[in-house]
Amino acid sequence: MIRSRLGTLVVSTFALALASCSGSGTGGESAVGDGIAVGVLHSLTGTMAISEITVKNAEMLAIEEINAGGGVLGKQVSAVVEDGASDPSTFAQKASKLIESDKVVTVFGGWTSASRKAMLPVFERTKNLLWYPVQFEGNECSASIMYSGAQPNQQALPALKWAAEQGFKTYFLVGSDYVYPRTANLILKKHIEKGGMKVLGESYVPLGGTDFSGVIGKIQQAKPAIVINTLNGDSNVAFFKQMQAAGLSPKTLPVMSFSIGEQEAKAMGTSLVEGSYAAWNYFQSLPGEGNARFIAAYKKKFGADAAITDPMVHAYLDVYAWKAAAEKAQSTDPEAVRKAAVTLGAFDTPMGKVSFANNQSLVQKAYIGKLKADGQFEIVSDSGADIQPEPYDALAFPGKSCKH
Amino acid sequence: MDFALFLNQLFNGFSLASLYLLASLGLALSFGIMRVINMAHGEMLMLGGYLAWATLTVVPGGAGILLALPVAFLGAAAMGGIIQSTVIRRLSARPLDTLLATWGVSLVLQQGARDLFGAIGVEVRAPEWLNGSFVLLGVTLPSARLFIIAVAVLVLGALALLLLKSKIGLLTRAVNQDRMMASATGIDVRRVDFAVFCLGSGIAGLAGVMLALLGPVTPSVGQSYIIPAFLVVVMGGLGSIVGTTAAALILGVFSALAQIYVDVSVSQMLLLVFVILFIQIRPQGVVAVKSRQLDA
Repeated sequence: MIRSRLGTLVVSTFALALASCSGSGTGGESAVGDGIAVGVLHSLTGTMAISEITVKNAEMLAIEEINAGGGVLGKQVSAVVEDGASDPSTFAQKASKLIESDKVVTVFGGWTSASRKAMLPVFERTKNLLWYPVQFEGNECSASIMYSGAQPNQQALPALKWAAEQGFKTYFLVGSDYVYPRTANLILKKHIEKGGMKVLGESYVPLGGTDFSGVIGKIQQAKPAIVINTLNGDSNVAFFKQMQAAGLSPKTLPVMSFSIGEQEAKAMGTSLVEGSYAAWNYFQSLPGEGNARFIAAYKKKFGADAAITDPMVHAYLDVYAWKAAAEKAQSTDPEAVRKAAVTLGAFDTPMGKVSFANNQSLVQKAYIGKLKADGQFEIVSDSGADIQPEPYDALAFPGKSCKH
Repeated sequence: MDFALFLNQLFNGFSLASLYLLASLGLALSFGIMRVINMAHGEMLMLGGYLAWATLTVVPGGAGILLALPVAFLGAAAMGGIIQSTVIRRLSARPLDTLLATWGVSLVLQQGARDLFGAIGVEVRAPEWLNGSFVLLGVTLPSARLFIIAVAVLVLGALALLLLKSKIGLLTRAVNQDRMMASATGIDVRRVDFAVFCLGSGIAGLAGVMLALLGPVTPSVGQSYIIPAFLVVVMGGLGSIVGTTAAALILGVFSALAQIYVDVSVSQMLLLVFVILFIQIRPQGVVAVKSRQLDA
């Protein structure tokens, strides 16, 4: 009797631990004086920290540069930094704290779509504005969010088009188990089938999961021509490690990743991922003076061996776009800022000239890179022309369109 | 279903079971003898992982990983000793308080690792001789996973020998059978508690080294294995070593075979459902310890 009661105790205890181990992070570094307060909200701890800390750094760099140049509308910008702790509900909670108690005029933040979806109601309710810097799955178009990361037709579909041109006919889709990989793969599957090619399998692992034995077993069984990887965070390390241990290196079985940039490759050790492919709108190896200047400024502040990634550049240009829009509107009111942002026209960024379209997403190019031994990508293909953002894929979500 | 995939998953099941076993043996031991649930057990895994990383930084190359095993064992055992003597010993008569206190310790250790090593985590590169794989009957057997299975079998064997043949093993079994009586015959129960707790933590440290071969070492790495470890201990019949081994095998193989049909996330859910149903039917666990004897 005692034993079974103890058993119940153990089970209920660990359920309790499950519910609360998502814990909250550190307190905010609030500094609101005469200036304009903006929020910076990323995962500084947890599985997504590998990717998000540097995005926060890029935003802080932009804010620092803007302040050095005289601030926005003649006022200094102060950033209130919060930790979303890789947990969507923490993101929502911290977003409402930033807006309601720190009174920030806008927030730069988020990475996973799960975190964005959790924050969305907060921003709609408070009529504030979120600048979201990461590629995502589309199928969402809120007036309260500026989507600077790639829409599916600016990353996933160009990647698929490239793979098809290379003659890859059979695909295996691996992803973290949340909204972005599921939706991105839904879109990819429709397009793969439409192109007369085949999806041999599809597998999901919980965000932060480290056991890929089953997934790799299925890949070995299915023998696809290429794997499309939408894993996020440090699950990627475990995935590539276990692929290598099973005798599948990116050289024998190509892998196309949508969430591995220079930073992640470096953290994983390039020997593990050398030769794998990535699709982004920016690579550190892109030519251009604006890019060189940004890289130099970032390295000066955060160390010479720092790697620069696509979401960092999107985050950096978000801050500048917010400044330009606020100055155009002569106001930091979120409503005025977002209306001004879509009429800014093309502006210079480290990734070249880009602009915000009417649906508040970025008009930008897409590139395919192949990872070299030094951790940089060799650009093997680019879209040439700018691609207009389409939040709703016509095959996967027919009849839906963006209305504000 | 293809036979090769089935064999492959069966092998993966054994490898997963080895990890579960190493992660849960310490929990089972300390529960068996002290009736204490140690929520900071996962952090012993994390500590083992970081110690493996540190060892490989100092001694790179093939021998490093072998050296990392004793280092992680001793390091985690020492940390276990500190926790036992400063926290658990003082709360031994109050299981609920111990639960909360050790959970607190777990949070402190995680934050400590975050401050010391960074939130991003470190990577342990497996040496060359663990990087290859063998192919047998169409099944790929990665050396790293074979190594993990071998270590688990060795640890289990050594533990059985220790419990059955050594003086401390005899004392441990005595305390496990009847704590009051053992104490009355002059056995220093507190020293036995201490030794067993250190041993359990050390084994968790070894599990941490194994995890480092498969994935990144992060401050929260222990959290993802502590839950299956608790499931194994509950299902095994709290405190029984034979039961723990059997439960680890059942759960490891169950989880791997489930993955033939469903995703990893669904298989984790099925695992939980399976254990809940199992303890409904057999609340005493795989092995019923009616005699209150720690079977080895």
